[in-house]
Amino acid sequence: MTVYLFIILGVFAILSALMVVFTKNPIHSILYLVLTFFAIAGEYVLLNAQFLAIVNIIVYAGAIMVLFLFVVMLLNLNKETEPHKSILRQLIAVIAAGILLIVLVGSLKGADTMTIKPFAQNTGYIENLGQVLFKDFLLPFEVSAILFLAAMVGAVMLGKKDIK
Amino acid sequence: MTLSLFIIYKAVLVILVFLISLVIAMYSTYAERKVAAFMQDRIGPNRAGPFGLLQPVADGVKMFMKEEIIPQVSNKFLFILGPSVAMFTSCITGAVIPWGTSLHIAGHDFALQVTDINIGILYVMAVTSIGVYGIMIGGWASNNKYSLLGALRASSQMISYEVAMGLAIIALVMTTGTLSLKGIAAAQTGWHWNIVYQPLGFLIFIICAFAETNRTPFDLPESDSELIGGYHTEYSSMKLGFYLFAEYINMFISSAIMSTLYFGGYNMPFIGRLGLSPNTMAILGVVFLFAKIFFFIFFFMWVRWTIPRFRFDQLMNLGWKILIPLSIFNMAITGFIILVLHK
Repeated sequence: MTVYLFIILGVFAILSALMVVFTKNPIHSILYLVLTFFAIAGEYVLLNAQFLAIVNIIVYAGAIMVLFLFVVMLLNLNKETEPHKSILRQLIAVIAAGILLIVLVGSLKGADTMTIKPFAQNTGYIENLGQVLFKDFLLPFEVSAILFLAAMVGAVMLGKKDIK
Repeated sequence: MTLSLFIIYKAVLVILVFLISLVIAMYSTYAERKVAAFMQDRIGPNRAGPFGLLQPVADGVKMFMKEEIIPQVSNKFLFILGPSVAMFTSCITGAVIPWGTSLHIAGHDFALQVTDINIGILYVMAVTSIGVYGIMIGGWASNNKYSLLGALRASSQMISYEVAMGLAIIALVMTTGTLSLKGIAAAQTGWHWNIVYQPLGFLIFIICAFAETNRTPFDLPESDSELIGGYHTEYSSMKLGFYLFAEYINMFISSAIMSTLYFGGYNMPFIGRLGLSPNTMAILGVVFLFAKIFFFIFFFMWVRWTIPRFRFDQLMNLGWKILIPLSIFNMAITGFIILVLHK
């Protein structure tokens, strides 16, 4: 039962991710991306990782995609204002995306040696996640926090009206 | 408990919560007009039924009977999706609120909460952050500049105040040590209400709740004097009704969340000393919770008819430059006190 649900959600996620690329209207693309995030959150719930599921919805679907939508609505993109892309640029984009795909596949191929028990109890409970983050991976966790802080300061600097 | 009994019990509970939300939202519109009339020394609605009690029914029938207009240049699917999302998100939050302890009937234990997930507060946060899509999609699909401005205002306002709200909740979670709403409500027996431990956090939370529900003084997305009606300018008939109704349900739900998080939920001091049976206590608990909720709904209305609305830059300044630093300060103080008391 759970496996079938998992597969259905996975297919749904892939289909809506494809629709993100194939729809012409940027607003529709964003809404399809939101659907993709919901499908992925559903997968997290099936893997007993409720915390990750809900954080995925709060951060990605609830905050980042709202900002995307906000910006696209402000830009008012439509067919008339869409810039024309030359064949050369399209070719370069395809090659760059292909190389990214190779990198992703290559990095994921090495990762399947770890044994992961799917659908196990208590794997993604917030207590266990906290233990892992603050005991086993404390240094990477704090370093990424500093990285976020630096990004925030950078964004504030860019947003300032007069830089002396 | 057998499976069929479990399904029946949960179904009854879900339908009850749904109906109660709708009825309370319906009579909130009546209460709003009566409170406004009281504040402005008028009488208020008094024609339909005794004391005008049938006014919400008359309004509802009127909404259904009105002509339905969908602008030709708009995207029809998204235009209908907007109010649906707004209504849907405001209805599903009630699932995690503990309405009372539990009833013992015929050897079975019936908890008065639809579901107790271990991340209850975060679920509420997630649903609130999804709620903005209803307004944004509707505002954009209307293909109207006023609607778009209203939608943009709503989204930026909700994102800004979610941050301060989340930080206020983090301080609360630090004191209670659990994310489950059931656990938080159960921990506040007697006088141990969280408002005693988190007064500043509550102040931040209630301001953010006003902003998240788009109530005055933060009703800039629909401020009628500048934006005609904001995101619902192009809407008519029951689709407009859904937007207005969703706001009242949100008000009810956020009152319930505030009562549960900071005002003890179903707990009342000294009630344990009366020596009542557990079932009577559970029913009394529900009554107390609803008394608190009605107080907060009245408070929402009280503020609406007392305080004028902000300017948009003032709203952003309050959110980013006052509430977020204050909530970080609150978090640091809470952490410091916990550290001192526990060592």
